[in-house]
Amino acid sequence: MAVSAYLQLAIRILTVAVAVSAPYIFAAIGEMFSQKSGVLNLGVEGIMMLGAFVAFYFAWAHENILLGIILAIFVGGLMGLLMAFVSVTLKAKQGISGIGLFMFGWGVAGTLFRLFVGGVQSISGLQDLNVSGLTDLPYIGRILFSHNILVYLAFLLVPVSWYVLYKTPWGLKVRAVGSTPRAADTMGINVTKIRYQCVILGSMLAGLAGAYLSVAQANMFASDLVAGRGFIAIALVYFGRWKPFGILKGAMLFSVANGFQRWFQISGIAFPYEVTVVFPYVLIIVVLALSHKKFAEPTALTVPYDREFKG
Amino acid sequence: MKNNLKEILFNIAVLLGSFIIALFLGSIILLIAGVNPLVAYHAMIIRPVSNIYGLSEAVVRAIPLMMVGIGISIAFRSKMINIGGEGQIQLGAIAAGAAALALPGLPKVILIPVVILAGFTAGGIWGGIAGWMKAKLSVNEVLSTVMLNYIAFQIYLYLIRGPLIDPSELAWGTGVPQTARMPDSSIFQRLIQGQRIHSGIFIAIIIAFLVYFLLWRTTFGFRLRAVGEEPKAANYAGVKVDKYLVLAMILSGGLAGIAGSIEVIGVHHRVLEGLSANYGFSGIVVALFGRLHPLGVIPASFFFGLLLIGAEMMQRAVDIPSALVISIQGLVILAVVSSNLILENPKYRKKFLSFFVQKL
Amino acid sequence: MGKIQSMEMVDITKTFPGVIANKDVNLKVESGEVLALLGENGAGKTTLMNILYGLYKPNGGKVLINGKEVNIDSPQKALELGIGMVHQHFMLVPSLTVTENVALGIKFKSKFSMNLDRVAEKIKKLSELHNMNINPNLLISDLSVGERQKVEIIKALYHEANLLVLDEPTAALTPQETDQLIKWLRSVIGEGMGVIFISHKLNEVMEVSDRVEVLRNGENVYSTKTSETNIDELARNMAGRDVKLPTAERKSKYGEDIVNLKDVWAKNERGIDALRGINLNIRKGEILGIAGVSGNGQKELAEAIAGLQKIYKGEIRFKGENIANKSVQQIIDKGMGFVPEDRLHMGTIPGFKVKENMILKDYLRDPFSKIFLLDRTYINDYCKSTVDEYDVRCPNINTPTHALSGGNIQKVILSRELKRNPDALIASYPIRGVDIASVQYIHEKLLEARDNDMAILLITEELDELINLSDRIAVIYEGQILDIIDAKEADKSRLGLLMAGVKEGVS
Repeated sequence: MAVSAYLQLAIRILTVAVAVSAPYIFAAIGEMFSQKSGVLNLGVEGIMMLGAFVAFYFAWAHENILLGIILAIFVGGLMGLLMAFVSVTLKAKQGISGIGLFMFGWGVAGTLFRLFVGGVQSISGLQDLNVSGLTDLPYIGRILFSHNILVYLAFLLVPVSWYVLYKTPWGLKVRAVGSTPRAADTMGINVTKIRYQCVILGSMLAGLAGAYLSVAQANMFASDLVAGRGFIAIALVYFGRWKPFGILKGAMLFSVANGFQRWFQISGIAFPYEVTVVFPYVLIIVVLALSHKKFAEPTALTVPYDREFKG
Repeated sequence: MKNNLKEILFNIAVLLGSFIIALFLGSIILLIAGVNPLVAYHAMIIRPVSNIYGLSEAVVRAIPLMMVGIGISIAFRSKMINIGGEGQIQLGAIAAGAAALALPGLPKVILIPVVILAGFTAGGIWGGIAGWMKAKLSVNEVLSTVMLNYIAFQIYLYLIRGPLIDPSELAWGTGVPQTARMPDSSIFQRLIQGQRIHSGIFIAIIIAFLVYFLLWRTTFGFRLRAVGEEPKAANYAGVKVDKYLVLAMILSGGLAGIAGSIEVIGVHHRVLEGLSANYGFSGIVVALFGRLHPLGVIPASFFFGLLLIGAEMMQRAVDIPSALVISIQGLVILAVVSSNLILENPKYRKKFLSFFVQKL
Repeated sequence: MGKIQSMEMVDITKTFPGVIANKDVNLKVESGEVLALLGENGAGKTTLMNILYGLYKPNGGKVLINGKEVNIDSPQKALELGIGMVHQHFMLVPSLTVTENVALGIKFKSKFSMNLDRVAEKIKKLSELHNMNINPNLLISDLSVGERQKVEIIKALYHEANLLVLDEPTAALTPQETDQLIKWLRSVIGEGMGVIFISHKLNEVMEVSDRVEVLRNGENVYSTKTSETNIDELARNMAGRDVKLPTAERKSKYGEDIVNLKDVWAKNERGIDALRGINLNIRKGEILGIAGVSGNGQKELAEAIAGLQKIYKGEIRFKGENIANKSVQQIIDKGMGFVPEDRLHMGTIPGFKVKENMILKDYLRDPFSKIFLLDRTYINDYCKSTVDEYDVRCPNINTPTHALSGGNIQKVILSRELKRNPDALIASYPIRGVDIASVQYIHEKLLEARDNDMAILLITEELDELINLSDRIAVIYEGQILDIIDAKEADKSRLGLLMAGVKEGVS
């Protein structure tokens, strides 16, 4: 009896964990590409806010979720273009320019939300997509195959990005550019182009992550919807040591721990509400403290490249 | 000296240029949203300077901006990107509130310094945690300060909803999450009848000069700046780099904490929700606009004080959301850090200067 | 485009803000010859080659290949034309393997996959053909300096370069490795390769080249066949005047040990033993030279004595007291001076004013500060007189230090370290990248300090410098002192063998 109740609970926690880890995977893998090429994009949070709003708006006003998601990715790409222009072409300090991008996205999302929507509105979000045959598998079926299409996409993204990074010529260039741009340059690689591509790709994925939150998870938009997830995604990149499967591991561990925490909350064990809200943020601080980033970090991270600069 | 003046004018020109570019980019967003940017900017920039209310409110906002901006300047100078201003302000405010409520009997000359010091301590501890984690565990300080913001916010809410809530709120059953009113002996004087401008502005300016003095005239400041400019060389010269990173963050958080305490004793006279009003983020813009110099931050904080009250007036007058000002501040940050290419790289600086001189 | 028969650079001009790096420079090289490009630091050699390689855009002039003008606007273009370059600071990605580094320059047919095994195989073949013994699957970070240079050469060969530019290729090699390289170069020009050999070492130039082109202050000053010139002639043209570098006068007596290292062990930042039982003593009034290929523990040795590097075994005695793992400040206060290898980022704070860097170790002392207040008047006066005394060329003492030339930054550091009058001084690569006039000045100052009874540890890769200045020379190899020889008896070939780790039997 008790055993099966625990099993049920474990299945429920894991099922939820798989679903909520998807936006972290999108955003963190995107950030990984950006950082691998040497650009620290701290604006992920702002891009996610904007992506979340755009997707929500088209799902709400035009009842077209797909269009919303596509436009969220597109807007994410535009934000990436802005970040790349400022950080790569104008060589701005990346730590600070990322904060600027974050505030820009935050402010624009907030402004448009108030102008066009006004207050909290809910929408019918993305439907779960059961995979014929697989969903009915015992235990595993529900945990892995009872989700919306974006979740499958997120988990597919992990091996794909691993392959791209380690097995394709482009991935090789990305790794070289983020580590020793001058050497890459002497081999005829266009450092600027690769960095633009990575920052824009990363920001598109952040836009998608934001869209996920509004149209596939919360089914609404609010100004505090993203609630630090963009920054958490960046932390997961550190934890995952700039590797796709490391990031997957981090996103899952984080989501499962969070699932347990929520279960404590529901199961009525008494502790202040604030403690449960604070939990993920404390967890991330602990995670950061435990992930020693020395020697795994791309060596040229945050360093703008100037061919004629003698430094 | 003449060179110095030219340098300052050049800096101001570049900064104003950045600001105008930011407004221009912001107007594109407004056009997309179907709003006339001229109407919005008129309400935001011209309105507040055209009456005493606007000016008074601008100063009210300039005070916390100045403190946070100077704090962030210290952190940035040590290469620590402190974006934990929000949390540091909130904890500073709650500590200040608690101190004032706990010691109502003290005379004003003692109580006000005690309250400010309480705010400094709380904010300093919160900043110091991020500094310590950076120094000892190489935890990225942007991420840790963001996380600490969320944690501080929950502590803050918990305290003003629970242990520190105004007993009369409980008695009347209204339950508004705020503390009781501070004792009069802990409150700054209002300077103009009917306006909120208060004497905290003098304290803020004095602190700005003190920080300037500390950074450029003392051996402590020499070390602090050395660590920020080049930790390897500071270490070589015998400075304990880790210690000074933590001290910089304590000072940075502490100044944000002072901002929180001044908000309590100068404006709200109690601790309540929404008190930090995103000053922690606006302070970043102010610090950059002040070129990370305590004396540059003074005018920058007045400038952005005007902008913040302008945004509120814009929302009331022409119904354009005041959140717009956050995005404009974001754009200003982007524009200012981009302009460093001109300000700090000799190659581009020369090009720009010759262009600049030709035009004049 | 076929093979490069001849390459000509015509009237090349390149300016950086405030500096003319090249002014109407002409240069020609043909296949089957080695052209030596000679000049002291800052003469514009590297800039010229970066233009040839498409890294810098010249302000004027043109490049002709086989008589036809070509526009080399990127390294990609240079590679395609058959120009290969071995940079002084290797252009390799340490976190990638040899194969991956070579593959970076390859245009693969598919965007979605790359056949690295084939690349590795070809590298193996090339490395066997040229006797280089390189394992293509190793990470660059695991290779020695000599091996990295071979990878650079293989990279160029892989891309079928037939004009090879080598920028200061012997700087980090032992004399024996240098001989090998020169032999190899002579053999490939026999097969139709053209070579540009950049150096400031005259004897190498005499040995390897067919023709010599000398640059000074960014201009051609001398051009000749190697067979028709001699070392003195080249030296005069390189410096623009007769240069007589000072040498140490022999002493018969030295004072007591000032610094004494016993069995010192230390790990580098990657956790590998960098010092493995160092025993050394430096006497009063003596310059002890350290010879060795860079990366054999020199940096850790210097930093361990200065207190910047923790040691986990052994002791370092300074004036009798064990200072191992004491704080940097304590060691400074006890009278240790240190001119570090990384001049711009450790020796000075680049964003600080010249005056602030001049008092970097003194700001805490009485006339400079009282209690905690800096005495600005005293500091200004002190720095103004020091600038004059040490002939530091700077607009004024408030100039940011990074705006100064390498030689002047070194003078700022030297003034600070010497004016404190320390009992011992560690000088790491004090003349690296410094113009000849400053070299002369720095050497004179070091000798003067020695004659005033300072104990000096001199670390350098220039054997001439070591032999000229030192009283004794210790050779460091893989974190150990292989031998200590009296400088009077030192000769380059013996030092070279020791630097390569070969310890001769008793003869």
